[in-house]
Amino acid sequence: METVLHFAPYTGWVYPNETIIEWSVLIAVYPYLTGLVAGAFTVSSLYQVFGFERLRPVAHLALLTSLSFMIFVPTPLLLHLGHPERAFNSTITPHLTSAMAMFGFFASFYVALLILEGWFAYRPYIVEQAQKRSDLLGRVYRVMTLGSYDVSEHAMRIDRKWIFALAVIGIPAAHGLHGYVGFMYGSLKSREWWSSDLMPVIFLFSAIISGVSLLAVLYVASCKLRKLAVDLACLKGLAYTIWAFIMVALVLEGLEFANMVYKGREGIDMIMQYVTGPLLVPYFILQFAIGAITPFLWLSYMIWRGTTGKALVVGVTVCACLVLFSVFMMRWNVVIGGQEISKTGKGLLSYHLPFWGKEGALMAIVLTLAPLALLFGLTRLFPPWAEHATHAHG
Amino acid sequence: MKNDDQPSLSARRAFLAKLGGAATCAGAAVGAAALGVMPSVAAKTEPAADGASFPTKDYDWTKHQWGFGVDATKCIGCLRCVEACKAENDVPRNAHQFRTWVERYVHLEGGDQVHIDSQQDPVNIEASGSETTFRFANRYKDAKVYKAFFVPKLCNHCTHPSCVQVCPTGATFRTEDGVVLVDETYCIGCRYCVQACPYGARFFNEEKHVADKCTWCYHRITKGLQPACVEVCPVGARIFGDQKDKQSPISLFIRNNRVQVLKAEMGNAPNVYYVGIDKEVN
Repeated sequence: METVLHFAPYTGWVYPNETIIEWSVLIAVYPYLTGLVAGAFTVSSLYQVFGFERLRPVAHLALLTSLSFMIFVPTPLLLHLGHPERAFNSTITPHLTSAMAMFGFFASFYVALLILEGWFAYRPYIVEQAQKRSDLLGRVYRVMTLGSYDVSEHAMRIDRKWIFALAVIGIPAAHGLHGYVGFMYGSLKSREWWSSDLMPVIFLFSAIISGVSLLAVLYVASCKLRKLAVDLACLKGLAYTIWAFIMVALVLEGLEFANMVYKGREGIDMIMQYVTGPLLVPYFILQFAIGAITPFLWLSYMIWRGTTGKALVVGVTVCACLVLFSVFMMRWNVVIGGQEISKTGKGLLSYHLPFWGKEGALMAIVLTLAPLALLFGLTRLFPPWAEHATHAHG
Repeated sequence: MKNDDQPSLSARRAFLAKLGGAATCAGAAVGAAALGVMPSVAAKTEPAADGASFPTKDYDWTKHQWGFGVDATKCIGCLRCVEACKAENDVPRNAHQFRTWVERYVHLEGGDQVHIDSQQDPVNIEASGSETTFRFANRYKDAKVYKAFFVPKLCNHCTHPSCVQVCPTGATFRTEDGVVLVDETYCIGCRYCVQACPYGARFFNEEKHVADKCTWCYHRITKGLQPACVEVCPVGARIFGDQKDKQSPISLFIRNNRVQVLKAEMGNAPNVYYVGIDKEVN
C-alpha cells in the first residue's frame, strides 16, 4: 500500500523525525470532549451535592450531557491509534508507569458511575413509562427497571442517598479524569511548551468553564425548542459559575506563561518567536482576547448592572459560545502548538490540517457534534426537565 | 458563660484529636503505598525478565551491557551510516524518517549564528536527487566557513528512557543488556513515546502502524556482529561494544576520552557517549 505522509514545513533546525507531526487535531478534540464531561458534571454536582437550588432546571441535563460526551471520549483516540484493534492491550496489560495506561480504567469507571447515577435519577420515570406503555419502547423501559418497580417514599429515600453518594464520588472522578488528561501533557519533559506543573490544573479549570458554558447554551436552546421561558435565576447561576471559574483559568494560564518566560530556560527564544509569530492570532487573539477576556468582561458587566431579561439570555449565550471556542483553542494551542515548537529549541514547524480523512477537520467536527446527537436521543428517552427526575434533596 | 463553654470545648478537642489520629493513620497508609509505588513510577525501568540464557540459548543478555560512542571529530558526513541503517533495518524509504541521522553544524566567518541541517533538508535532498540516497549539498562553497563539524545521532538507549516510561502497554521496553526495543506485535500506535523522547529518535512507521526506532541492530549484536552503521563507517566515528568488557572498543573510548551525553539535564542517562561536540549540539 502506498503510504501518504504529510510533511510539516519548518524553519530553523528541527530533528528530521519531527517533520511529521504525529498528534493530529483528534488529540486536541479528545481533551476537549473530556473537559466538557467534567464541566457538565460540575454543574450536576453543584446542585446534587452542594444544593445550588437555582441550577435545578439543568441538573439532569448536565448528567445526560456528561454521559453523552463521555461515551464519545474514546473515539478520537481509537481513530488515531495505529492499531485500534489492540487498544485493549493498555487495559489488559497496563504499563503502570504510563500516564496513558490508566485511561481505560478511569473512563470505564466514570461511564459506569454516570449510568448508575442516571438510572437512580430516572428510576421513577422509567417505572412510570414501563407501566404505562405497551409498545416496544415500553419493553425497553421494563428492561431498564431491572425488575425494581418500588417507588415508595422509603425506596425514593434510598435512591436519593445513592444519587448523593454517586454525585460525591463523581466529583473527584470527573475532575481526576480531566486533571489526569492535563498530566499526560504536563508530565512530558521533552517539550518546554507542555512541561509545566500547572498543566493539570489549567486543564481542569478550562474544562469546568467549557462544560458550564455548554450547559448554558444547551439550556437556552432547549427552552427555545420547547417554547418555554428561560429560568433567568438558573441562567444567572450558570453565568456566575462561568465568571468565577474563568477568572481562575485566566490567572493560571497567565501564570504559566509568565513562569515560562521569566525562567527563560533553553529554547525560550524560539517560544517567544512562536507566540509572537504563528501563535499570535490563535493564542493571544482567539483564545485569550476574544474567547476569554471578552466574555469575562461582558459577564462582569451584566453581573454589575444586574442585567436581566432577553439581554441576559443573549449575553450569557454569546459569552458561553465564546468560552466554548476559547477552550477548544486552548486544546489546539497546547496539543498542536506543542508540536510546532521543535524539541531542538531551534526551529518551528507548521501543522497542516487536512479537511478530509480519518484525522481531518471534518472528522473533528463530526466527533465534537456527535455527542449532541446522542444527547438529543437520550433526552427523548429520559426527559431531563426537572419534574421528571429524582433529586438528591427532595 | 465560661463554664458552659468547657464541655463543648473538650468535646471539640477530643474530636480534633480523633481526626488527627485518623488523618495520621490515613497519611501513613497513603505514604506507605506511595513509597511502594513511587520507585516503579519514577522512570526507573525494571528489566523485562530474568533468566539464564535469554533471549536465545546462544545469547545470554545478562552477560552484556551495550554502549555506543560517537567521535564527532572523525565524522566526514558521508551518510553511509544512514543508508546502511535504512537498508539493514527496512526503515521507510523516505527523507523524513530515520533511525539514525547526521547533523551538520557550520559557523560562517563574521556570523554569530550556527547553521544546522541534516540529510533531510530540502536543499540536501535536491542535491542527492533522491529520497532514498543521501548526501550533504555543498551549500557553503562560496562562503567563508569559520568552523564546521558533523554529529551523528541515533537513539540514546537511555538507562531511564522516557519512551518506556510513557508506553501504555509495555510494548516498548529496555532489555537486560541495555537496549530499548519496540515489540511491533504489541504496540498500539498511540505515539506517546514519539512525543516523550527528548531526542527526536522515534518516529511512527506508517507501513507497520507502530512506533519505530534504532535497535543498535539488536539482531546483529546478539550474534556478535556490529550495528550496520558502525560496520560501514569509513572513519571509525561510530564505536560500539560491551561496557562489561573493559577492553571493548566502547570501554576504551569512554576511558580514553572526556565523553559527554546529550541533554543530560533530562535525567534519562543516555548510553550514547559523545566526543568533540560543541555547545549548540543537543
